[in-house]
Amino acid sequence: MITLSALDLALAATLVVALALVSRRVHAGVERQLAIAAVRTVVQLLLIGLVLKALFATTSLLWVALLSFLMLAVAGREVMARQHYRFSGPWGYGIGLVSMFISSFAVTLFALLVVVGNQPWYEPQYAIPLLGMLLGNTMNGVSLALDRLTQSARDQRAVIEARLMLGDTALESLSDIRRQVFRSGLIPIINAMAAAGIVSLPGMMTGQILAGAPPVEAVKYQILIMFLIAAGAGFGTLAAVHLAVKRLFDERQRLRLERLTR
Amino acid sequence: MLLSVRDLKVHNLPPLSFGLAAGECLGLSGPSGVGKTLLLRALADLDPNEGEVLLAGRPRRDWPPAEWRRQVMLVPSESFWWASTVGEHFSRVDEALFDALGFPAEVAAWRVERLSSGERQRLAVARALVREPRVLLLDEPTANLDADNTVRVERVLDGYRRDHDAGLLWVSHSREQLQRVADRRFHLGPRGFAEPEAVA
Repeated sequence: MITLSALDLALAATLVVALALVSRRVHAGVERQLAIAAVRTVVQLLLIGLVLKALFATTSLLWVALLSFLMLAVAGREVMARQHYRFSGPWGYGIGLVSMFISSFAVTLFALLVVVGNQPWYEPQYAIPLLGMLLGNTMNGVSLALDRLTQSARDQRAVIEARLMLGDTALESLSDIRRQVFRSGLIPIINAMAAAGIVSLPGMMTGQILAGAPPVEAVKYQILIMFLIAAGAGFGTLAAVHLAVKRLFDERQRLRLERLTR
Repeated sequence: MLLSVRDLKVHNLPPLSFGLAAGECLGLSGPSGVGKTLLLRALADLDPNEGEVLLAGRPRRDWPPAEWRRQVMLVPSESFWWASTVGEHFSRVDEALFDALGFPAEVAAWRVERLSSGERQRLAVARALVREPRVLLLDEPTANLDADNTVRVERVLDGYRRDHDAGLLWVSHSREQLQRVADRRFHLGPRGFAEPEAVA
């Protein structure tokens, strides 16, 4: 296994710097965001590397749980930040948080207890990376779906209410939108599974192979991850859409768009 | 009373109380922006509202929301369509009804985006009637129609009222129309209901 030096990473960073310079040249206006994101990547990943190093040395359930909930809290914030229209009040944060908690934590526990079956089950070397992959992908699915749902409800208010007027229930009045929204949350992982290995080599597997793991072992882990992500993102999206639809309507099944804020 | 309304608070209006008997058509006129459309939306329970509304003596809160709206059906002045063909918006096809409204039987296969505004309005009345509501809340149901089609819609709605013993609350800007179709007429002003003669 070839260890990367700081110089190696600096060389890779020159590519990003070059991209930023070109972006400035063509007035794309993303060079600032690009620079900030690149710096965040370095700082955040170095930090998590140090945290994992310390965590691996202790194998304490308490610390694993603490880090897990911190990751969840950040993912919840991220989902909220990505919404064009979000629910006002605690729902804005809560819907993403609860749905990611249900799906990502359940699927990670399933993977750790049933599939990996490690001793102890919360060994951080397995628990944290698995949860991280799941949270990241569930977060994408949930935020795409929620954004699409609230946007569609606003755009199609007249149609939704027309169906309510004709005696449809809240769920019926939203049936087309719910279908599209659920699709949009699941399409990324479906595409990733369909293209895996042919068009793209998934990042996790590539990383393992680069780090010296036998390819077939890396592939098996990648398959596991793909299935877990599909389940996590899928159930997370379902839960988020379910909660959001509940909040879009009140107890008399009236459409309550004023509960959304920009 | 088929529909009883007690102290319904809408918009900036004082609390409204009135009743609608089975088989009766109540005509409602009033200046733009006074809250006629909001009144109809409140009766259909589409906006949060205060007050007591009963259908056949049973309070609104005791009805499942969708069932209430199926029985107290609002036909808005502008209709919206979600599927691609006309027929998909109908719970059942009623060729006699289509014919009475001036459409051929194959209207069910027509594409929605090709309908004119007048065709939309007549078909919006039709898709409400096939669901057989007991109360119809009609918001200017003939606003986009020529004279012939206005007569058709008035005749169809009158027939439905008689056949089903339904109650109609009919909002219109045309005093002549309300004189033709309504048993009782009310004028809604900023201070509530008045008989139109008293205002005029």
